[in-house]
Amino acid sequence: MSEYTVQELTSIFAMQGFAGISLFSVLLLMALGLAIIFGQMGVINMAHGEFMAVGAYTTYLLSVISETYFPGFLQYYFLFAIIASFVIAGILGYLTEFILIRHLYKRPLDTLLATWGLSLIMQQTFRSIFGAREVSPTLPDWLMGSYQPTEEIYIPINGMFVLGLTAVVTIGVYILMYRSNWGLAVRATTQNRVMSGAVGINTKKTDRLTFALGCGIAGIAGAAFTTIASTGPTLGTLYIVDTFMVVVFGGAASLFGTIASAFTIAQAQSILEFFISGSMAKVYTLLTLVIILMFRPEGLFSIKVRK
Amino acid sequence: MNFVYERLLGGKKGILGLIILAVLIFIILPLTLDMFRLSMVGKYLTYAFAAVSLVLLWGYGGILSLGQGIFFGIGGYCMAMFLKLEASDPESTKIQSTPGIPDFMDWNQITELPWFWIPFESFGFTVLAVIAIPAIFAFIIGFSMFKRRVGGVYFAIITQVIAVILTVLIVGQQGYIGGINGITDLKTLNGWDIREDSAKYTLYFINAALLFVVLFIGKFILTSKFGRLLLAMKDKEDRVRFSGYDVANFKIFIFCVSAVIAAIGGAMFTLQVGFMSPSFVGIVPSIEMVIFAAVGGRMSLIGVVYGTLAVNFGKTIFSETFPEIWLFLMGGLFIAVVMFFPNGIAGVWNKYGDPQLDRLLDSKLLSSLKTAISKNKASPVEDSK
Repeated sequence: MSEYTVQELTSIFAMQGFAGISLFSVLLLMALGLAIIFGQMGVINMAHGEFMAVGAYTTYLLSVISETYFPGFLQYYFLFAIIASFVIAGILGYLTEFILIRHLYKRPLDTLLATWGLSLIMQQTFRSIFGAREVSPTLPDWLMGSYQPTEEIYIPINGMFVLGLTAVVTIGVYILMYRSNWGLAVRATTQNRVMSGAVGINTKKTDRLTFALGCGIAGIAGAAFTTIASTGPTLGTLYIVDTFMVVVFGGAASLFGTIASAFTIAQAQSILEFFISGSMAKVYTLLTLVIILMFRPEGLFSIKVRK
Repeated sequence: MNFVYERLLGGKKGILGLIILAVLIFIILPLTLDMFRLSMVGKYLTYAFAAVSLVLLWGYGGILSLGQGIFFGIGGYCMAMFLKLEASDPESTKIQSTPGIPDFMDWNQITELPWFWIPFESFGFTVLAVIAIPAIFAFIIGFSMFKRRVGGVYFAIITQVIAVILTVLIVGQQGYIGGINGITDLKTLNGWDIREDSAKYTLYFINAALLFVVLFIGKFILTSKFGRLLLAMKDKEDRVRFSGYDVANFKIFIFCVSAVIAAIGGAMFTLQVGFMSPSFVGIVPSIEMVIFAAVGGRMSLIGVVYGTLAVNFGKTIFSETFPEIWLFLMGGLFIAVVMFFPNGIAGVWNKYGDPQLDRLLDSKLLSSLKTAISKNKASPVEDSK
């Protein structure tokens, strides 16, 4: 590091930090959905990345439609795309729970296999519909360009937009899970299914909506992802392991832990990437996580419960 | 005699199952398939090692490892490093700027053999490494996980992450370990050309024989007291712990055993296929190995061999003719197996085939054989402990 001056190093950290923030936002959005599904329900959803791809492809589709038929709409379609991604991924999640997951609650390891099968089917569906090559939507002008506070620092606007979106979704999830009656029902069902049923919570309906919500948030992650990189049929597989790592490292069922761990992982990887190759940055980041988890298997933040 | 008969062979039905599998692998397939297809079966049978290892670990131990590709890969890479060193003697690599080192090192401006390659010049060390390195690696992972009572889903995710780390590491370190292309152009094993048809036949039979050895070892473990404890741990871990057993040690042991079995498969894979690459290490191959075990029946040592063969044949046939629908079929198969046939092919057989077999075995035609068998069975069982 000695060949850099202090000022350059500061700029590198600032810029890589912001690059890390884009990664952080996508990871956090993915992890929020997964934390709900895995942390709260104990279901290992290997198809979670594919629900993200559903969101990304929905955004792409809307961009193509508005470009072809409503060129004037092109500046605003992205906001609708976020909502559409949430709704479509959520509906698919709802159906998945109804058809597949609800039969497997007693066999958590089997949900892993079944959802892996589902992810294969979804990947091939993307490939059949959109082709094997990567696509990216036409972004509205206001998402392009970058903000330049000093001469050496460029901060891309899309990164800030995605960060803002992530903040809104995170606050939304917090309110929904910890400040609403529905969230109370979800947490009660997780902790004691039988007792929740006895006090009048419709546990089956709660499960279904929880799963749908998690998948819907993955859809938003997909919409956000399109502003950063292009979308291919195997998009989901690139992020699924990192996302699981975020959730496990943060401590399942802890919202704050998920945020902290997504931030740590994304920043560590992004800043290391500048100094060593990208692959080694990933190796060191993941290795450190595994070693920390060996000493602290319950993750960074965990709820103390008797088991 | 009784020990062998009851425990290793599994009674008359066990013998029948083994004989049928042996006839299929040693006689029918080599006689009916051409060399190309037979070496394909040989390749599938190396995956069967990993599937068998998962029967012990997952089916009976209840520990799902999504990282069997790690051990398959370590075994394969150890063997590949030995073969590569033999293939890159100074004579045949004299056009390189540094003769005598593997070609990919030369391409990446490495002028000296890295230290961890040097022991692999010895075949004895390589064979030892194929067994010892996965065992040590599994011990470290298992020790740090199971002693802290990390299990179930978390163990699955962490093994998966380790598989990712290893893949990224191999891909990133092209100069030292061959990168994304893997270690290719393997030629001879102690001077014996492994690319010739006769060598391929021999390796096929060695591989199949090793698979049977592994099946017997698996059977031995599962029918021992340890096997019973394993099953007890899977169902009620706390009760086993409260009975005074150190659950973690048993788990570490079975994890190490399964790692070694998968690694043997990996080493045989390299020998038969002639290369090793990171695409056999990562998440996808690791999960596919779990699928082979699930389709064959996670509780059946012999069933998973059929499961591995069936899934891979299906994969080859469909991806050759209808590549579009293959992933749909594969995905549908996983879902169907998990939802409707949790015990896989072996489960279906036990439900429908087995009663028929019982009737057949009880029929008058086989009565003479039956008396011979029951004579054996009548002798005392105590000495089998």
